[in-house]
Amino acid sequence: MCGSMFGSMSDSTSNSTPDSTSTERHPSNLRAQVDALIAEGAFDLAVRRLAELWRRDPASGTASFVTSRIDELREKLRDNLSLAKFKLAILRSFTVEPIVPLLRAEAFAHGIDLEVYVGDFNTYVQDILDSQSSLYRFAPNAVVLAVRTDQAAPELWRDFASLTPEAAMQAAERVVRGYEQWIGAFRKNSQAALVVHSLERPSPPSLGVLDGQSEAGQSGLIRQINRELRHIAAGFRGVYSLDYDALVARHGSEHWHDERKWLTARLPIAAGYLLQMAREWMRFIVPLSGRTAKVLVVDLDNTLWGGVIGEDGMAGIKVGAEYPGAAYQALQRALLDLSRKGILLAVCSKNNLDDAMEALENHPGMLVRAKHFSAMRVNWTDKAQNLREIAQELKVGIDALAFLDDNPFEREQVRAALPEVTVIDLPKNPLEYASAVRNCAAFERLTLSSEDQQRTEMYAAQKQRAGAEQTFQSKEDFFRFLEQEAELEPVSDLTLARVAQLTQKTNQFNLTTRRYTEPQIAELFNRPEWHIFSIKVRDRFGDHGLVGVAIAHDEGEQCEVDAFLLSCRVIGRTVETALLAHLAESAAQRGRKRLVGWFLPTRKNAPARDFYEHHGFELQATSCEGSLWALDLKSSTLRVPDWITLKVTAEVTPGGKN
Amino acid sequence: MTASTFERVRNIASDIFGIPADKITAESSPETIENWDSMQHLNLVLAIEEKFGVQLEPEDIEGMKTIGAVAALVEKKLQSAAH
Repeated sequence: MCGSMFGSMSDSTSNSTPDSTSTERHPSNLRAQVDALIAEGAFDLAVRRLAELWRRDPASGTASFVTSRIDELREKLRDNLSLAKFKLAILRSFTVEPIVPLLRAEAFAHGIDLEVYVGDFNTYVQDILDSQSSLYRFAPNAVVLAVRTDQAAPELWRDFASLTPEAAMQAAERVVRGYEQWIGAFRKNSQAALVVHSLERPSPPSLGVLDGQSEAGQSGLIRQINRELRHIAAGFRGVYSLDYDALVARHGSEHWHDERKWLTARLPIAAGYLLQMAREWMRFIVPLSGRTAKVLVVDLDNTLWGGVIGEDGMAGIKVGAEYPGAAYQALQRALLDLSRKGILLAVCSKNNLDDAMEALENHPGMLVRAKHFSAMRVNWTDKAQNLREIAQELKVGIDALAFLDDNPFEREQVRAALPEVTVIDLPKNPLEYASAVRNCAAFERLTLSSEDQQRTEMYAAQKQRAGAEQTFQSKEDFFRFLEQEAELEPVSDLTLARVAQLTQKTNQFNLTTRRYTEPQIAELFNRPEWHIFSIKVRDRFGDHGLVGVAIAHDEGEQCEVDAFLLSCRVIGRTVETALLAHLAESAAQRGRKRLVGWFLPTRKNAPARDFYEHHGFELQATSCEGSLWALDLKSSTLRVPDWITLKVTAEVTPGGKN
Repeated sequence: MTASTFERVRNIASDIFGIPADKITAESSPETIENWDSMQHLNLVLAIEEKFGVQLEPEDIEGMKTIGAVAALVEKKLQSAAH
């Protein structure tokens, strides 16, 4: 499994040699340690040991222990666990209760404090349709609709052989229309994300091999329902399909199912696979809660290729189309797939730079080349220090890093020094490397923007910019040389997903750190007094894409900035000034007298702290949460910097937008 | 029954029922363990199946009335699997 643990302090007891086999770290001793640490009040360390226990022994019993201790810690810390809170509702047609502790423990290992609501058996239709139901009162961040085929399509599941082809088609159509209606009703009643289980095919089908001869057979019709479900989901924001049929197939239908438990306890999944169900749900929860990794830092020797380049040389290392090099090619293919999803790759290796570059540039078996890596640290320095530098160079938080290394010693050191890094536990066998990376939930994405797909190229352009900056006498000269062009536009259907994604992911230059989902942005967009702008930036080195968002709403004489954020790629290039100047200008045009805004400090948004003050705002009030600033629009001298060419698209005015 | 099987069953029960292992004896039952309701019984069954790699039949599950009986059942399953 892979996971990161959040905690601000580093682990002083782990500075000694990490040893995975020592009895001290045996699961039963870890339990005792956790309880002792809780009793001593060493809560951060207790959290870390608890995560280690889960890594070493991810089983049902452990899950009960882990969740009970999380609850205890939450109480002791008065709700101040350094975990992201997330509320999940599960609507179901089968017993999921034994999966819940496994799910909560998995979530904990990803830095998430998960609260779970489980609906009654088969009441999902009422729960969804009734806007006053306990489902909506729970106010979930996400809802899983876990319905089995026998419940969703009983005729097709049980009585298929007795149906005429027409009746079977009609039954399939009814199933699809049902889902369409429920999903539509859900979206009206809630802005939470919805994850819909696709339907599983019966194994074996009622008519045996005959079923495989027709598209309109039992399997064919269920496949057709699933296709239409995907289509329906794609028509709604924040509705996703979980391919349950593929999940079962991946693990093998006969292993996955336990008929005894189904008949006696309405639990269709065998004991050994409950964790896999939990992990599949996590693949949605992790990206929905924003706990994703943005950068994967990889080791070279015995990770990216077999052998040690410094000793074995170009002819000796193993990477290529044939075994054993094929295992490393499979890993490299997985890395390239991540890079196509917008996850940056970086190298951190204890090596001689020349040796490493020779292999990266010239080895015929390599699929990943030096150009795919946005940052490289090839040296003999401590890996934790290198990771800190990589995060700084790529302008991401440490918690945005994932780390891949075959050496358990390096992994433990990184875990101890930087608990917020997602450390992937590579299995011993290189043939399993690729799937260890592919199965890591921190790399899951639910939508893909064009920014994601071009990210590696954007960072390469960024390197050139940094090089250019050093040759200029003054900042202004550099800004003029950059020839920045910005495009300011109100949010639209085309940009909604990216705007929501930025509110979810931006930590550093973010004045209020308010997170919004796509449906929430869509909802604000429809309110006439709310104004949502995005900014795209281009310069002589390349396109940054959509990098900034400002959300404001008018109230009486003033306009209040609700959210203001900028991707760290463009901080300090005065784009933020342009965006703020536009907010001020448009508010003045709408007749507002003042622009006001809160700065709400977090552990990460120090870069935005002096933003209002530097732009002529005056402090109005401070509270325990932050400070409130105001700008008098009449006397304001705030302008778009003259070195930025700004193209503004006016807000459209349907629905009374003014 | 071997001591180690009983120990392992006891540790699993300790996790599931949320009570210290040393408070659990072979005679512990739903009468003496407050948390031992039908849902926790299912959780115990699942944890046993998962940890020992055995498959318990509905009849087996009904007979799991004390921790000692659970350990004896697991022992029997492990032995029949070995033969």
